[in-house]
Amino acid sequence: MPKKLFSLEELEELRKEILSKREPDKPVITVCTGTGCQTYGATNVYETFLQEVKNQGLEDKLGVKATGCHGFCEKGVVVVVFPEEISYLKVKPEDVPEVVRAVAKKGILERLLYEDPVTGKKIAKESEIPFYKNQSRIVFGNNKYIDPKNIEDYIALGGYSALSKALSQMSSDQVLEEIDKANLRGRGGGGFPASRKWKETKNAPGEPKYVIVNCDEGDPGAYMDRSLMEGNPHSVLEGLIIGAYAIGAHEGFIYVRQEYPLACENLNWAIKQAEEYGFLGENILGSGFNFRVKVHRGAGAFVSGESSALMSAVEGKAGEPRFKYIHTAVSGVKGRPSNLNNVETWATVPLIINKGADWFRSIGTEGSKGTKIFSLVGKVNNTGLVEVPMGMTLRQVIYDIGGGILKGKRFKAVQTGGPSGGVIPEQYLDTPVDFDELTKLGSMMGSGGMVVMDEDTCMVDVARYFVNFLCEESCGKCIPCREGLRLLRVILNDVCQGKGKEGDIEVIEEVAEVMAAASLCALGTTAANPVLSTLRYFRDEYEAHIKEKRCPAKFCKDLTSFYIQPEKCQACLICLRNCPAGAINGDKGLVHWIAQEKCSKCGICFEVCPPRFSAVVKLSGEPIPEPPPPGTKVIRKKEG
Amino acid sequence: MTGVSGLVAKVVDSYQRDKDMLIQILLDLQSGFGWLPAEAVTEVSKQLGVPITRVYQVASYYKAFSFSPKGRHSVTVCLGTACQVRGAPRLLDRIMDRLKLKPGETSGDMRFTLSTVNCLGCCALGPVMVVDGVYRSNPSTTELERIFEAAK
Repeated sequence: MPKKLFSLEELEELRKEILSKREPDKPVITVCTGTGCQTYGATNVYETFLQEVKNQGLEDKLGVKATGCHGFCEKGVVVVVFPEEISYLKVKPEDVPEVVRAVAKKGILERLLYEDPVTGKKIAKESEIPFYKNQSRIVFGNNKYIDPKNIEDYIALGGYSALSKALSQMSSDQVLEEIDKANLRGRGGGGFPASRKWKETKNAPGEPKYVIVNCDEGDPGAYMDRSLMEGNPHSVLEGLIIGAYAIGAHEGFIYVRQEYPLACENLNWAIKQAEEYGFLGENILGSGFNFRVKVHRGAGAFVSGESSALMSAVEGKAGEPRFKYIHTAVSGVKGRPSNLNNVETWATVPLIINKGADWFRSIGTEGSKGTKIFSLVGKVNNTGLVEVPMGMTLRQVIYDIGGGILKGKRFKAVQTGGPSGGVIPEQYLDTPVDFDELTKLGSMMGSGGMVVMDEDTCMVDVARYFVNFLCEESCGKCIPCREGLRLLRVILNDVCQGKGKEGDIEVIEEVAEVMAAASLCALGTTAANPVLSTLRYFRDEYEAHIKEKRCPAKFCKDLTSFYIQPEKCQACLICLRNCPAGAINGDKGLVHWIAQEKCSKCGICFEVCPPRFSAVVKLSGEPIPEPPPPGTKVIRKKEG
Repeated sequence: MTGVSGLVAKVVDSYQRDKDMLIQILLDLQSGFGWLPAEAVTEVSKQLGVPITRVYQVASYYKAFSFSPKGRHSVTVCLGTACQVRGAPRLLDRIMDRLKLKPGETSGDMRFTLSTVNCLGCCALGPVMVVDGVYRSNPSTTELERIFEAAK
């Protein structure tokens, strides 16, 4: 049982003690065990490292540590060797003995280093890899140093010093002023100034007051909050406690999606440790300030991430939103003043208190200060989490950090802001990313999802996808949202299936207008954004679907057919064997052909046809040529 | 006390019989039973002192709860945006074809339950599926076969 801390001095002493026990020159092999890397078998890799170090008798000379997400999920399992920060990527259990031997000899294992796709040069240091080099990881960066289950790692990095500074040297008003001066805007999507909400809650009549962490990260395609909560839960807790002090709240809630089991686990662990060390509970750090926190798991409802709905869920009720003419800051959980912020917002608070509002204001754009974490996913080479200063252009994020489009395809659009956002086409790639600029383009920054789409993505299908998603997630309380979405779903399904009619686009626009004007909560008022923004920039794709029954991206199943070009087919039998519908005819030496009436359009033939033949093509809006006469022999292609 | 009411009592007590914790209690029961039997719902209502209509309202509102038993193995396909653009619909088609199930259905022999989820937060690895808590990134047809064969 650790000693409970009662003052700033005791915390500093503990920090010194922890640091004195550490050997900064001792090599430590860290394994990312975030959910992304776990998918690639990180737990197994971590355990293999522990065993291998033991086998080679190196326990005294080498440390092994599990850490949170580094962000470069595409290249998992990510292993970084400290103190040199040598980054090994795509590490498998069978690579472990070789890595251990290399580390023991203070050498580098070239084979697993990052290779620059352009120059072919190997890069050893993590910070020099282009994916990391162009980021500023002030909120997210500590993940790689921290074992999320060990509070001492957080303390060693200066953790909880912002809390002790706030409690011992600042009044609650001074804390609030600092956040106000920093112009910290909510990272959850709305971009509302945090200090305004804090002030309103603080000044609202009624006790007790509550502070809440929103980790109900429901936006499909976004996982920043998950990785922060999993990888550095104490930074969120510290921010929350500071906020509670500023507002005068003694009770807090942390609402986490139950789809994030590791985040729940690490958070509960962190709370327990924070209580033991005296960062939570009675008389925190001897200041006389008391604060407790409870964890609530969400039970799977997207709309519960809306603040008033989340507060109902915390009361154990169905998470439906309500009208907010009285703000939740005045009447939230159980009718009491309640302040809710998103995970990333809370995690930014300790940095501002430690380094000052002026430092924070020096990063970012006029209206949006600081950095933002984005989940850069979809058809981009380097997928993962990236943290950049506000104001970096979309092009820099997607090309300099993301390494461009997968398989050298053409960029079509980037979807930002999740189901409330929209798509941004190529001509706006040089737009600086911040709260205000993306809104001007009919999208929004939202919580930080950035889904990159290429020429093979159908924009009508993207709209249909989001409408379908929202249709299922709408709570049904207000009619514009419930019925509007249902109508949009019917129309968009028709359009994607080639049953679209003249006038459909106009009906879509009319419904969208009513939904935006009359829905109860933000889910409904923004629900038509993905449709409207795809219409704004890709109206021609809608028209092609409706008038020509053609899907320009050749994505929509009902408007696309697969066809084997007889002059290219080499009768390799691969597609024939893989076709689950048994629709492909042919034999050794005989040209293959697809019986269209049997074809289920699963696309497997297109995927498995060897690129050197590329015989299978997709057709849309054009007649399918007749198959070759039975028994047509292949025209052999000279190889090499 | 029968098995169900005993288990409910244990869970309800672990939350100090706090009515605000209704969702948390139901989540624990859902993972304990694998579903929410009617008897458990009635017991929660009785023991927690919450009207049964409200317990049902909450339990039917959230997706995590199920009023019918689930198969021994859960197969979940992520349909988040990132997975969607990287081929999740085709992965789902292949799985539906192999298991002869639609999302939400359980096989007659109680071996598999197929479901979809809107985002698991593994967006960088899409398309993603989860079988019994183990995450898999873009499995091939052969890998799928192996995974399903191993789940008896």
